[in-house]
Amino acid sequence: MTEPQQQYVAAIDQGTTSSRCIIFDHEGHIVADAQEEFEQIFPRPGWVEHNPLAIWDSVVHVVEGALASGGIDRSQLAAVGITNQRETTVLWDAATGEPVHNAIVWQDTRTDQLIEELAGEAGQYRFAERCGLPLATYFSGPKARWLLDNVAGLRERAERGEIKFGTIDTWLIWKLTGGPDGGVHATDVTNASRTMLMNLRTGQWDDSILSAMGLPRAMLPEIRSSAEAYGTGRGVLEGVPVASALGDQQAALFGQCCYDVGDAKNTYGTGSFLLLNTGTDPIFSKSGLLTTAGYKIGDQPTVYALEGAIAITGALVQWLRDNLGLISSSAEIETLAATVEDNGGCYFVPAFSGLFAPYWRSDARGVIVGLTRYVTKGHIARATLEATAWQSREIVDAMNADSGVTLNSLKVDGGMTANNLLMQHQADVLGVPVVRPMIAETTALGAAYAAGLAVGYWGSIEELRAHWHKAAEWQPQMDPAERDREYRQWKKAVERTFDWVGRD
Amino acid sequence: MPGTIQSVERAAAILRLFRSRSRRLGVAELSSALGLPKATVHGLLRTLRQVGFVDQDAETGKYMLGAGLLHLGAGHPDANELRALTLSGADALAVRSKESVRVGALHGDGVLIVHHVFRPDHSPQVLDVGSMLPLHASALGKVLAGHDPLAAQAMAHTDLRRYTDRTITSRRALQGALARLRSRGWDADIEERVVGEASIAAPIRGRYGLTVGAIGISGPVERLCAGGEPRPDLVAYVQAAARSVADGRTGWGERGGKANVM
Repeated sequence: MTEPQQQYVAAIDQGTTSSRCIIFDHEGHIVADAQEEFEQIFPRPGWVEHNPLAIWDSVVHVVEGALASGGIDRSQLAAVGITNQRETTVLWDAATGEPVHNAIVWQDTRTDQLIEELAGEAGQYRFAERCGLPLATYFSGPKARWLLDNVAGLRERAERGEIKFGTIDTWLIWKLTGGPDGGVHATDVTNASRTMLMNLRTGQWDDSILSAMGLPRAMLPEIRSSAEAYGTGRGVLEGVPVASALGDQQAALFGQCCYDVGDAKNTYGTGSFLLLNTGTDPIFSKSGLLTTAGYKIGDQPTVYALEGAIAITGALVQWLRDNLGLISSSAEIETLAATVEDNGGCYFVPAFSGLFAPYWRSDARGVIVGLTRYVTKGHIARATLEATAWQSREIVDAMNADSGVTLNSLKVDGGMTANNLLMQHQADVLGVPVVRPMIAETTALGAAYAAGLAVGYWGSIEELRAHWHKAAEWQPQMDPAERDREYRQWKKAVERTFDWVGRD
Repeated sequence: MPGTIQSVERAAAILRLFRSRSRRLGVAELSSALGLPKATVHGLLRTLRQVGFVDQDAETGKYMLGAGLLHLGAGHPDANELRALTLSGADALAVRSKESVRVGALHGDGVLIVHHVFRPDHSPQVLDVGSMLPLHASALGKVLAGHDPLAAQAMAHTDLRRYTDRTITSRRALQGALARLRSRGWDADIEERVVGEASIAAPIRGRYGLTVGAIGISGPVERLCAGGEPRPDLVAYVQAAARSVADGRTGWGERGGKANVM
């Protein structure tokens, strides 16, 4: 054979419930894919753990599985990239590679007491001006502190430099590049920005936060860019450059080609994550949004993003299906909603466990308002879908108020993008086009793009843009006056959720 | 007048004996009520169970009316479920064929476009979900008419309007075309609705092999056809996409089934 063997880029997508490996070709098309679930460990109410070695095993399996299913040899991989569940925290023995404890998963709430102590009189935003995040149980720094406080002898070992700390990207980079035998101890700027320990402006660990949290600097990885060759694979990916790492939501932002200021993506799952590219200066939010590193390509400046999470979006449709029985499948909500012309004056605010950004009201609870004899289940179905669109609008407005950045268009992914009525309403209430990309696997694609850029498999961000294709686009059609009226109604409905339960 | 088929009569008698959704009966009870040997009743129940018309209670071993009967009137997935189920298969087809993809379902006497994926070429395109195509002059429509008796009935009553010189307007010719399509499992329209445009489609089959929709690509004749015939590679992509949708589903409209896309 004289023809050179075809080259590909692999992405490892290490998620909360499963690990996946997707191999992409030069056009960004999927050529092979393997996925494996792993065990969720719930030692007590509110605690969620993963076994880091089980995660590693699953990653090895899916890499082998994807290579085998595509009939691809690892020598054909130009690079491998990593995207991962964010904030989940692992501590391990540097010499043996043995984790000292199960990983503490992002959803785990065991640090709630610690968070209150750290907040003290200064409050939840004590470190926000430096790290971009409020004190909350999700983030990694306090989880590491909990481990040092609760695993016997660990603090002393950590201070002696015998222990390594990592988020999942760091654990995988270290394991992939040889582990105790010369493994690279590194993280990328997006994952580091979820620890609360990184100074967002410098992109380096912040000594004042480290000392406030009581964490020895010796155990921390080096903060690198999101796209550069951290090291070369050993074992399962022998010889393959390990060349990108991005937290899952940031990888989706990158995979959706949100490279310009004002580009945003929204991933619609049970909840939703909306990220807006705000450019190369971090914007610190006044409305409780998170400031986060979006991505950093090699030596280029870090691009920052504002992030807003919406707790209940797809979950509200499931609630209608499982708790009310109004529909028998999630897709049926659109059929039910299409039986009526509009919401009939009905609004549904799903503040099931309070209201998050931009309100932050834990005393709020869900309401359905505007009920009259005229209202049917069709109107309630429509109000359910509209709730997702309006919640996204409120996040976008808060981002705009914080940053002055106006939205160009909204790139969307996730299961709810199958819902045409919702996507049209989303375009209507935002007043910008809503675009669904052809490659739905935006998270893995983002990691692959970054890894491919790092090794020159792709030449530039412009080249990546050329691979990005619209599968569908919804243009705003609602009359602006009508939109403003509906928005006022929605906000009135939101006010009706306040003061329902006693404040904590 | 031809005689009745005994086993169908007996199966109907079994179903009648259940009367209500909550009633549970064992083989012995059914056997004595019908005056039939247990082995015969057992054989009938096994077939009824396979087609989903009876279920067996795991604890008691007794039989009851099955979910398949309840869904008799709703054997077709709802249009929005069909879109949710075809989402990834349709994207993959657009990527492979480099053409726009549409998924259609029977609605009234035409084809309702329930899903549309843009052609991946950066050109401005507009979503046409919700628009209608004629049954007799589109690949999606002919595929539905060839595989779904309701669509065939609908076509038999519609006006076979002439869109181009190549539109099939004779019912006899159309019947011949549908017979051909049934044997090969796909169909094309070459300039039958719009001059210069072609489309290729294949049926999406649901439970028990029933056709619940059709998926296809469309574009200029010069890209979709070679030598006056649809390009075999594109036909293979369309058929693979139709099969991938069928493989991905476990049952239409069932709670907790594959249609849960959120």
